[in-house]
Amino acid sequence: MSSQVDRQWTTRLRRRSFGRLPPEKMLPDTQPSYVASWIYVFGVATISALVVVIATGCVLAIFGPEWWHVSNIGHFVNSLHLWSVEIFFFCMVIHLWGKYFMAAWRGGRAMTWITGMVLFLASVVTALTGYVSQTNFDSQWISTQAKDAVNASGGGAFFNLLNPGQMLMWHIVLLPLVLVALVAAHVIMVRIKGVVPPFEDDSVAATRAADVESTGAPQ
Amino acid sequence: MSKNFRPDVDAPEWRGGHTPYDIIKEGVIALVVIGLLTVLLAVVFGSPDVPAITIKSWSNAAPIDFANTALSELNGTSLTASYGAPYNVQPSSASQALGPLKLEYWVGIHIPINTTNDFVVDPLRALPNQPVLDQNLAQWTGASKAQRATWVAHYTKAASGMKFIDGQVVVKTTTAGPVPVMINDLTQMARSGALDQALITGDSFYSTDYTESLLFISDGNYLGDVATKQHLQGNQWGVMNETGSYPGQAWLWLYTFWYQIPPFSTSGNGDILVLAVMILLTAGLTFMPFIPGLRAIPRKSRVYRVIWREHYRNQNTT
Repeated sequence: MSSQVDRQWTTRLRRRSFGRLPPEKMLPDTQPSYVASWIYVFGVATISALVVVIATGCVLAIFGPEWWHVSNIGHFVNSLHLWSVEIFFFCMVIHLWGKYFMAAWRGGRAMTWITGMVLFLASVVTALTGYVSQTNFDSQWISTQAKDAVNASGGGAFFNLLNPGQMLMWHIVLLPLVLVALVAAHVIMVRIKGVVPPFEDDSVAATRAADVESTGAPQ
Repeated sequence: MSKNFRPDVDAPEWRGGHTPYDIIKEGVIALVVIGLLTVLLAVVFGSPDVPAITIKSWSNAAPIDFANTALSELNGTSLTASYGAPYNVQPSSASQALGPLKLEYWVGIHIPINTTNDFVVDPLRALPNQPVLDQNLAQWTGASKAQRATWVAHYTKAASGMKFIDGQVVVKTTTAGPVPVMINDLTQMARSGALDQALITGDSFYSTDYTESLLFISDGNYLGDVATKQHLQGNQWGVMNETGSYPGQAWLWLYTFWYQIPPFSTSGNGDILVLAVMILLTAGLTFMPFIPGLRAIPRKSRVYRVIWREHYRNQNTT
């Protein structure tokens, strides 16, 4: 009986998942003491902004893409959506450069860095599809200007910026699914690997290098 | 720790202390602060909403520009008429290439557009009860390709003196066959709003595709003139801006930057060149962890000393 249970896909998935990411890692109650800088705030701030972006986008979705042109409340919700997007990118870019200067890919964290970069790129495309789905002058101008780059890459045949119906579907269905999945993967990787430790202080690194040189073995 | 410790690839094992950390509380506080900041910015600054230009509003505000654009669609000199893939004209000198890579050309025509028929002749055919127009359209349809070209050439030559008098497009020519009636009637159709509808729906009731309308509008000068006033032209940092004094897509600053300088600003392949440079730079940043030399920049820049200043201060005092 137990061997049969052990072989079950569910059992294997649960053991593997909780083995790599036990609850105390997923929801930690302590953190390494070097995590003491305002730069660390921008990761959670980015996710918080994304929550506001999605929430305000959901309200806009309830009433349709042209509601905000004819309703004061709709226009205000659109303003919330716009500014949450601006905050989202502001926080994300600072988070990105902060992690760059920490060389946050060290210690087997390369995939965390890569998913972060892909997230940034997916966010740029998501924002572009939002701008061309506004059904106003900005949409007209941005779509007619940006189409040339997409067409030059050959992508315009399948990703038509001049088709607001297609762009709206990408903006509110396909790309948000990608973003949420990437954010989940990114956060899980951060929780599994932990926050990257600081570079060794020069004196420590020099001592270790000297030990290695004299004894042939690290201390 | 491994003997071959690589400081830009490996991370030292943390053997120091830990501090209390309430991840849920942090998340809730961040959400509340970001939410309040969003509300504050939305209340203070709002968001821009300049109404879309319609073919009706364009042809009423600038009928000469519209009529000249309609002529360019008819004689095949508009941007759209000679665009290349994915719309038309294969091979087209307008198609962009990155050296031997002709991606646009290789993918081919997926959204076929013949501006003469799709933007001029077919919409005019949809107009009911227009016996004079029907007669002229029959003349156009029955004529040879060479005859049509001669009519259009004569009209194009005389169109430099085009006037708009008493709601009519006036061009002094007697050798342009049906073209004067076609251009004038298309202008009337546009001014009534009927052309907007004809280009959007075609043979269908529903449509969410504005490709033809947007291409037609962008072939004229009116859209660009409005964009210039709104500081949205390519040499005004183009698509990263939006109407009014709003930040727009500021994250596209580097992408837009390349369009401001040669060779990107002067090359006929500017778009694909900029795209290639950005793909290269983005790939470099994405795969930074695997690129020796580049991945050492953060350590050598020592900016990390500012980020972890408290850690290093504590380390030096213990």
